Amino acid sequence: MNWASFYAVISGVNRHSTGIGRIWLSVLFIFRIMVLVVAAESVWGDEKAHFICNTQQPGCNSVCYDHFFPISHIRLWALQLIMVSTPALLVAMHIAHRRHIDKKLYRQAGRTSPKDLEQIKTQKMKITGGLWWTYMISLLFRVLFESAFMYLFYMIYPGYKMFRLVKCDSYPCPNIVDCFVSRPTEKTVFTIFMLAVSGICILLNIAEIIFLVARATSRHLNNSKDSAVGAWISQKLFSF
Amino acid sequence: MSWGAIYAQLGGVNKHSTSLGKIWLSVLFIFRISILVIAAETVWGDEQSDFTCNTQQPGCKNVCYDHFFPVSHIRFWCLQLIFVSTPALLVAMHVAYRKRNVKKGLLANRSGSAKVDDLESLKKRRLPITGPLWWTYTCSLFFRLIFEAGFMYALYYVYDGFQMARLVKCEQWPCPNKVDCFISRPTEKTVFTIFMVGSSAICIVLNVAELSYLIVKALLRCSERTKRRRTFVHQDKMSTEKALLQNEKNTRLPSSASDSSTNKTL
Repeated sequence: MNWASFYAVISGVNRHSTGIGRIWLSVLFIFRIMVLVVAAESVWGDEKAHFICNTQQPGCNSVCYDHFFPISHIRLWALQLIMVSTPALLVAMHIAHRRHIDKKLYRQAGRTSPKDLEQIKTQKMKITGGLWWTYMISLLFRVLFESAFMYLFYMIYPGYKMFRLVKCDSYPCPNIVDCFVSRPTEKTVFTIFMLAVSGICILLNIAEIIFLVARATSRHLNNSKDSAVGAWISQKLFSF
Repeated sequence: MSWGAIYAQLGGVNKHSTSLGKIWLSVLFIFRISILVIAAETVWGDEQSDFTCNTQQPGCKNVCYDHFFPVSHIRFWCLQLIFVSTPALLVAMHVAYRKRNVKKGLLANRSGSAKVDDLESLKKRRLPITGPLWWTYTCSLFFRLIFEAGFMYALYYVYDGFQMARLVKCEQWPCPNKVDCFISRPTEKTVFTIFMVGSSAICIVLNVAELSYLIVKALLRCSERTKRRRTFVHQDKMSTEKALLQNEKNTRLPSSASDSSTNKTL
């Protein structure tokens, strides 16, 4: 059970997403999960072993490390990626439920050949009706989780910058002790990179929300009696 | 044998679970096994090497570590996840047994291409949770609940709560008097402990909901069956009464017919 199997589970939802949703998924896997696994984990790998305090007092290292790093960046990003990917499973469950109902209807209509059942499996579901609401809710939760984690990051590590030196006076350190963080510049670079990609993902999610709302509005207006007004509005909306 | 193999096994059981069971399985894999492997194992990775005691006495650190951490959290959670996943295999075995019996029946009765199609559809068919399978499924849910609650209580009992302290005071032999020992990454460990306990609680709630749902469905099915039987018996009664009335009418008919014929002849 690792990122590879996680990828297999999440990319199954890919088929039923919009174009922007697929871009979001690619950004997530390439610029966040891959960078986390390939690069960031080795940068933060020796964070505790090479956190050195200017004292011989046993235990001072551990206590100061715990004081300045309550939860490591790597773990926060791993949690963020897992929480942000989970709403897609809501959509997957809804699609599975719709397929189950389709199968029942087919069976009642007498169409039980393997070809028909295969067709149900491979058919791409349209994002309409109940599925539209599920998709919107999953997008809103994604934006919420992303923002919440970015805020949490800011709360725990104000300014997003990693310092070279921190001053610690927790027990059992005698008086105030200088402690040195390992690879601070590299960590700052990766922190800013992951933050920027997180920001891009939030923008993609907001764009997807706007796109879905616009599409639903134009569909609704086209179906309504005043189709000329609907056509004009939808033409204006998509002329950007 | 790894988490991937368990995932493959349990994914097979997924087909025969209720919707709540499928949600439970997703929570188990994403929020518990995934987090354990991806995050928690690295947090606890250096728990013994970075457990520092304020003494030069050889052996003191080992003894104190062993005293305060009889079983590591990671091992506790691995055992818990294995025990909690195992009852689902009972259900898988029962389903396989049922399908084998049906297969035997099909092989005996039909022949030719119809047999192959039927066998294929049998493999993919989802069995309804009724009869003995209902009892197996309910027992497996019950065992899951017992294991989850048991392990949560054991963790709470062994570590006196779910919080990890920064400093512990140790006076085991050979440590001289009382010695301060410092635990590595206590805050991060507390965060992950609370996360895993929270996920465990969510799984318990899902299991209780699934159990109630199955019991309610079985009770409804039972009451429908008794209602149907009562209306059938009532209809039976009604039809026999009608038949008796009709018989009486029939007996009266020929006597009146014969009267009219005699009248005619006269």
